[in-house]
Amino acid sequence: MQFESLADFINMGGYAFYVWLSFGVTFAAMAIIAIQSFIKHRNLLKQVVVEKERKARIKKARQQQQESTSL
Amino acid sequence: MWKWLHPYAKTERAYQLCLTLQPWFWAGALLCLSVGTVWGLAFAPQDYQQGDSFRIIYIHVPSAILSMGTYVAMAIAALVGMVWQWRTAYMSMIAMAPIGAVMTFIALFTGAAWGKPMWGAWWVWDARLTSELILLFLYMGVIALYGAFEDKQQAGKAAGVMALVGVVNIPIIHYSVEWWNTLHQGATISKFDNPSIAPEMLWPLLISLLGFAFFIGAVTTVRLRNEIVLREMHRPWVQALAISQLASKQQVNHSVKGGN
Repeated sequence: MQFESLADFINMGGYAFYVWLSFGVTFAAMAIIAIQSFIKHRNLLKQVVVEKERKARIKKARQQQQESTSL
Repeated sequence: MWKWLHPYAKTERAYQLCLTLQPWFWAGALLCLSVGTVWGLAFAPQDYQQGDSFRIIYIHVPSAILSMGTYVAMAIAALVGMVWQWRTAYMSMIAMAPIGAVMTFIALFTGAAWGKPMWGAWWVWDARLTSELILLFLYMGVIALYGAFEDKQQAGKAAGVMALVGVVNIPIIHYSVEWWNTLHQGATISKFDNPSIAPEMLWPLLISLLGFAFFIGAVTTVRLRNEIVLREMHRPWVQALAISQLASKQQVNHSVKGGN
């Protein structure tokens, strides 16, 4: 350990603001891009299912229409 | 010689590869980043000139090196896409662009927060800083150009050309501290025969660098899978995957509720 106490560690030899600002912004930016990627993945999977159901509905409606016109 | 690579041009194989690699990348990133950060912040010795402010090096140097490394990887993907007409290559290119932009932003931001106490200014129009800022604009240009086309194969080609032309900026960034008179200090670790840093300071830096690399790999695997799902939305394997994934998540939710 390079620091004598926790207060000393937080103080960073007088550079606390710059050091903690850098580390804070860095890990915040990394967390944001990671979480955004996972949220997008979840939404895309939902979109796939919705799209598939929509296609199925369209197909079914077309078939019904064909049956009613052929009668 | 390169034949083993060809199956990965298929999106399904590429998706599977991402799934296999992903847990290792996340584990490596978590491990190396926590070890590197704690070691760098608390255990590495103080710099004799810069005191404790030098500890910013443990995020500044890895993010700066990898902002360039990710750009080169992105440009290689663009080249592969152009030469072999691989759709997956363009998909990996655009999967890497946002994480590369984030790395460039981190390098610029931590550089500013380090520059303020050491140089007395958040920003100077110095060769190193300006060329790194151009790198950020190149990433943004690739992302914007890709988004501007409806046809994603065309989008990949256009953005790929931009990515390839932008490679010229990489040696400019690297050698800027030698070619021009600059406020930015010279290279620290790329002189392997005689690094200008003490080993007790160098080890946490290398571990941190590895952690950032793992993190970039991990985010790239997630984003590449996103790109594949988006582009292959109407393929049966994607639809089956989406249904099974969402169902398994719902089951987890039910069992959690059942436990209460």
